This record gives sequence, structure tokens and C-alpha cells, in this order.
Amino acid sequence: MAGIVRYGAYVPFFRLPRTAFGAGKGERAVASYDEDSASMAVEAAREALRGAPEVHGVLFATTSPPYAEKLNASTLHAALDLPRAVSAADLGASTRAGIAGLLLASDLAASGRRTLVCASDVVVGAPEGARERVGGDAACAFVVGDDPEAIARVIGRASLTEELLDTWRTPDERFPRAWEERFGAEVLGPLLREAAIRALQEAGIQPADLSALIVDSTNERATATLPKALGVKAEQVADTLSLSVGRSGAAAAGLALAHALDLAKPGDRIAVVVGADGADALVLEVTARIAAGRPRHSVARWLAAKRSDLAYPTYLKWRGVLPFEPPRRPDPDRPAAPPMHRSERWKYAFVGSRCTACHTVNLPPQRVCVACGAADQMKAEAMSDARCRIATYTLDRLAYSLQPPVVAAVVDFEQGGRLQCELTDMDPTRVAIGDELEMTFRRLFTVNGVHNYFWKARPQR
Amino acid sequence: MASKGIRDRVAIVGMGCTPFGEHWDKGAADLLIDAASECYRSAQVDPAAVDAYWLGTMGSGLSGLTLSEPLRIQYKPVTHVENFCATGSEALRNACYAVASGAYDLAMAIGVEKLKDSGYSGLVVSGPAGDGTDSTMTAPATFSLLAPAYAKKYGLDEATLKDVLARIAYKNHYNGARNPKAQFRKEVPLEAIKASPKVAGCLGIMDCSGVSDGSAAAIVCRAEDAHRYTDQPIFVKALSFIAGPAEGPMRQEYDFTSFAEVVASAEDAYKQAGVTDPRHEISMAEVHDCFTPTELVLMEDLGFSPRGEAWKDVVEGRFDLKGPQPVNPDGGLKSFGHPIGASGLRMMYEMWLQLRGEAGPRQIDHPKLGLTHNLGGAPGRCVSFVSIVGK
Repeated sequence: MAGIVRYGAYVPFFRLPRTAFGAGKGERAVASYDEDSASMAVEAAREALRGAPEVHGVLFATTSPPYAEKLNASTLHAALDLPRAVSAADLGASTRAGIAGLLLASDLAASGRRTLVCASDVVVGAPEGARERVGGDAACAFVVGDDPEAIARVIGRASLTEELLDTWRTPDERFPRAWEERFGAEVLGPLLREAAIRALQEAGIQPADLSALIVDSTNERATATLPKALGVKAEQVADTLSLSVGRSGAAAAGLALAHALDLAKPGDRIAVVVGADGADALVLEVTARIAAGRPRHSVARWLAAKRSDLAYPTYLKWRGVLPFEPPRRPDPDRPAAPPMHRSERWKYAFVGSRCTACHTVNLPPQRVCVACGAADQMKAEAMSDARCRIATYTLDRLAYSLQPPVVAAVVDFEQGGRLQCELTDMDPTRVAIGDELEMTFRRLFTVNGVHNYFWKARPQR
Repeated sequence: MASKGIRDRVAIVGMGCTPFGEHWDKGAADLLIDAASECYRSAQVDPAAVDAYWLGTMGSGLSGLTLSEPLRIQYKPVTHVENFCATGSEALRNACYAVASGAYDLAMAIGVEKLKDSGYSGLVVSGPAGDGTDSTMTAPATFSLLAPAYAKKYGLDEATLKDVLARIAYKNHYNGARNPKAQFRKEVPLEAIKASPKVAGCLGIMDCSGVSDGSAAAIVCRAEDAHRYTDQPIFVKALSFIAGPAEGPMRQEYDFTSFAEVVASAEDAYKQAGVTDPRHEISMAEVHDCFTPTELVLMEDLGFSPRGEAWKDVVEGRFDLKGPQPVNPDGGLKSFGHPIGASGLRMMYEMWLQLRGEAGPRQIDHPKLGLTHNLGGAPGRCVSFVSIVGK
């Protein structure tokens, strides 16, 4: 059978305390103004791919795709610098899309194909509504492949489908709607239970054998009733990060799974059950490979590096919910398709060039070396995992930003090369020359419906 | 192979300059007409006598028609030039070469920029279609990088640095207060400069040049013809223009305390003019004080101050109007604002007045050599122009 070979997660830097909404405990994770589901998925996938064997395809699951028409998985594909022959497809329209990706990838593994499954969501609810309050933004990624290399083997699975109007949104609507919660709970609850039992039966284990049960569904009541319906104990129920991240749409179950894998030991069995228009269930058994297969950043590490002082109106501005006075500066220029295509590896994958004559790193990649003048003697130089330090910086209060002031810096890379770029996820009062930074893939801005992705530097998380 | 220059082969025989400011009632065409008319009168020539034109503007029009149409120039060559913020100087340089070559007898260089029609704060430039990865730092942000780098390299604390920068703005406003054509004609107290709201890094709004509209023009001819037009021509001793390889933003060696392009253009100009000791031979200078740290660094790049010591010269008043080497006697970009295409020629207009003894309350005693310096781009990635003129 198939299994998870590698995994990664991403939780954005900003958190909004639920007291900001006037109710609720804990806080929700908030994608920064320069992040979207694709950019967050890239961050999670970079974690999953580090040290992973090559993949043959990418699946991207989200209910908040940056483009309604145009492949979004190709943005991930480009940012991850995957070979052209790697296939890419989007899954969406349901918070079940994340686990659907895992199940599809398991099927593909049987035919020898290794798949990168990414799930990511920026969850936006109507102001002061339940979805805004319980939602959160996050991403996760899994490399799914063949059994022998797995850190967690798929030992059971089940899928049930029923047409059910519980949570819905038409393409032209901002915020989803939900039917009376009690109805959804009555219908979804039993579906979750049945899917779980079928998958456990296939695995040949009892609910009591589970070390972690992960439940996610569109209906809070249905989610809450499953542990009791299966007869599992409270300590078997996995933390779905509701108090620290919030329910992150299509990424929610996967993020909880990543967290469970962070804590798992060989032999542990983990069940993931996700409900929406039916239910999918997956039972995994952790293998001895787990210790060597963990990502650099655990979920706990992402959770620890944060800023929780975001103001609610700022959050609403970032999500485009609250209109505000535009700056007395022109809109940035819309990036053009041909130049973006020509510089794909620079723009998306942050691949520069190194002169083969004098070994100077040139950023952006050049034809004529900035140091020695040698022409057309460059080789590609991957920079996305390179560390850098602030050579000098400034706070630009004239430049327009959804989070002023813009922190603009000149950064010098350890492996050579210098770049002038924006910093993100930081406190402008604490920036200093010499600070160590790492690169992160971001959506700089959107003009005329074109998302402009590029890399920024951020303090190490 | 060298930059040989055209020392004393070309003279400026007439100039015009509009008041700089927010000309809500005038478009670029009006400003061009005003500057050109004053320039024709200054050289005492009929428009028909001018054989060729070089028009400098970055964003107020394209092609020679931007000038020939409003002035109804009768079937003459008009060349549009653009070279960032050094555009006006570039128009002059090319006009000088045109008459020096003998191709024309009389040429006009004219620059204009109409900035106040955009409705935006600060300078707004739109480039060619791109991939969206270029740095979008604003001009004050890029030039603000000079200040902390200079302070660190030469051991200035934050308060001293702030005092030095404020002193530069103070001096330029002091001079501008004595200039009827300046945009800002008021002295500004040091404390008000230091307390101005932050724009970028340590730069307050009073560390930045203003945004204005304006136009300026010069008529040039071969030196031997100069006295046909005026008793007091001024002579071109040197013209240097340098575009750098833009390595600062890419090379870790660059430390943001100097403009290599300025050093190169100054060296070239001094060689052309036979100047060996600029600190003592250059009587006065108009330099590109787009932001206060720029002027500080320029004093060293132009050789007016030894490395690391310009800040002391600033504090000691060396570059004041009554100091030993006045810099920006007309008030500089600080008092005039910076209508891109016009600024370089506006600088030359002050040299014209000073060398002819027509600068009124700003008149410098017996100036011999004047220097104009015009810069475009950003630290580490710029173009630089230096001219030297004299009697």
C-alpha cells in the first residue's frame, strides 16, 4: 500500500486574538497581507520536499484559490522549481479537498507515481460571524508514495458521499453560508462515524488502538460528536489546533495530521476523518522511518514564532473586507506575461546565477557578470534556502503598503550575492543591520487581476 | 582613448529660467514658452537664429514635438533626451557638442518637467513592462541608505548625523530665501527641520527636495562667436557624463557611502578643465541635493572635502553662502524642488548669474570656476553629470 513519505506545515506569523471579535478563546492564525493559499502552500511544500525523493505530480487543494481560472498548482510547481514533466492539478470547492488529495495520491502511489499533496486555505468569514471566529489560515504538504519508503503507511481508508447543503458559497460570493447547524449535525455525524468504522475495519484495528483521532468537518457539532460515537477516550483525540490556528479549511485535517506526526512514535496509528457532503477517512500507521522523515519546522515551531498584536481593522483591510482610503501613490505596474515567463526560475523559484569564470553570485541572474564582465558564462544558482544578513535597511513610509512602513533592506547572502528586497513578518522597531534572515515566497500585490509573486526576506522562524 | 573634453570651445550666451513651484495655471508647454522666451531675450537673438534644439524631459512629453509644437519652431532639428534626473544637464551637454562640432552655430538646450499634474505624492516613474521582481523602493528610501552607512563608517552618533543633515537643509533654505525664482523662499529653523515628519529611514520631509514644476534653457555657440551675443558669456571648461554598471545593489563590496559614478565624472571633468585641487579651485557649486545625505556624500565624491570629513565642513559652514566654497547658492533642489528635465539647467542658470555678477543678495565675491553636478538613479546604480564653467 501507499504511505506518507515526507510532510511539512506552515502557519503564518500573525495571529488575531479571538477577543478582537468580542468572543471566544485563543487566537486564529492570519495570513499576512502578502500571503495567499498558494504562497502558504509553497512554504509548507518547501518543508516537505527538503530531502524528499523526486515527485511526479503536484495536487493543490484549497477553497480560496488565488485564481478562479488559471492553474494555481502551477504557481507551486514553479516556486518549488519542479521539473517541467511533473504534472499539476488543482482540487477545490470543498474543505474535503485536502484529504481527497491524500486519497488520490494513495491511489497514484499504487501505479508507481509519487505525489506532492498541498492543502492551504485563507479562511474568510463575514465579519462577526462564526466562520471568521473559528477559522484560521494555514497550509500543509505531504509527499505520498510507495509503502517501503513511508514514514506513515496507509492501512485503511473509506469514502462516503451524499449531496448535502450544510456549508456553501457561489463563485461570486465573498462569504459562505451555512444551514441550521442541527440539521448538518444529524446528517454528517453518522456519516463521519460510518466512514471511520469502515476505515478502521479495513485496517483491522479497533478505535481503542488509535493513538490519535483527527476529526474535521463543516459542522462543529458533528465534529464534536465523533469521538464519543466511536468510543475513543479524550486523550486519543488529536489537537486540531483550534485555539492556536483555527479551522484552516482544506488544510485543517492535514495540519492536525502534521502536528500528530511531529509527536508520533513508530507503531502509532492515526485516523483522519473529514466530513463535507459525505466523509473520507484514512488510517495511518507510523513507521520506524518517522524520526528521519520529519521536516525542519515542526508545527509547534511555527506556532511559537508569531505576532499576536494585529488590530481587527487591519485584519479586515488585509482580507479586502473593509474599504479604506487609497494612498496618493499610483498603483504598481501590472507584471507582464512575457517577462514573467522569461524569468520564471528567478521570479518563482528564486534561482539566480553564478559566474563560472569568477564564481560571483549574480542576483537577479545576469548574462554579463557584474564582477568580472564575462559574458554568457553563468550557471543556475538556487537561492531559496540560502541564508542572508541585513547589510543596510530603511523604513520606507512613502511607499504604499497594507502594513506600513515598508521595511526595505539590502541583504547579503552567505553563499554570495546581494539583493535589495522587502522584509516581511517582522517588527519594524526591532530590525538591525546584521540580522540573519531567510527567504519566503510571497504575493507582493495584485493589479488588474494579476497576482505578482516574488520572494521577500524574513527573520528566521 | 580618453575623454578629451571641449575646454573653452563653447560659450553660454543666454539663459532663461521660470520660477519653480506649483504652477497650477501652466502646463509643460507654457513653461517651455516662458523659459525659451526669456532665453532668446537674454541672448538677444530671434528664435529663427537658433539652428537646433535639445529638449530634456523625463515624463512631460515624448519627441521633439513636445518643444517644436508649442514654440512653433520652423522646421528645425529638436532632439528629445532623457537621462533620469540628469536629463537637463544631458540636454546641455549634447547642445554644446553640436556647436563645438561645427554642425550648428547656435543651439538651445531646454529642460522642463510638469510634476504637479499627477496628483501623487513624491516622484512617480513608470518603467517598461517587467516581471514584477524589481525593487519598488521609493527615492527617499534608497537615498536614506546613505545616512546610517556614512555615520557608521565615520563614527558619527545619531544626534550628530541628524545635526549635520539638518545643517545642509538649513543652508539651502537660507539661500533659497534670497532667490525670487525658488519654490520655497523662507528660511527654516534647524529645529523645525529636525522635527519634520519621517519619510524614510532617518529622513524627515525637510530632508527631501520638493516637488515642483519648472523649465530652464540655455543658448550656446562656439567660443569665438560668443561676444556677438553678449559682453559676458560664460565658457564651458568641462562636461562629463557617466552611467555606472549598476553594481551597488548586486555586490556586497558596496557600502553606500559614495557614488562611484560621481567620483568618475568629477575626475573626468577636473581633467578636462585642468583642475587639480577642487577644494580650492572650484569657487562655487550647484549639486544634486535631492536628499540631505546625498549632498553630504557628494562633498567627498566631488573632492571638496577629504573622505570622512565632509560632515565637519558642513558644520563649520564651509559650504555656506558666505563660506569659502558656497554650495547650492541658489537654494538647490531643496528650495527649488526637482522638475527633472529642468533641474540641471536651473543649476547652470545660477552659475550664469553668479559669474556675470547678477545674483543679487546671493552674489559670491569674484567667482572664477563654478561646478554643476546632476545625479540620477540611486546609490550604487546611477548616472552622474559634472560640468565646470568659468569666465
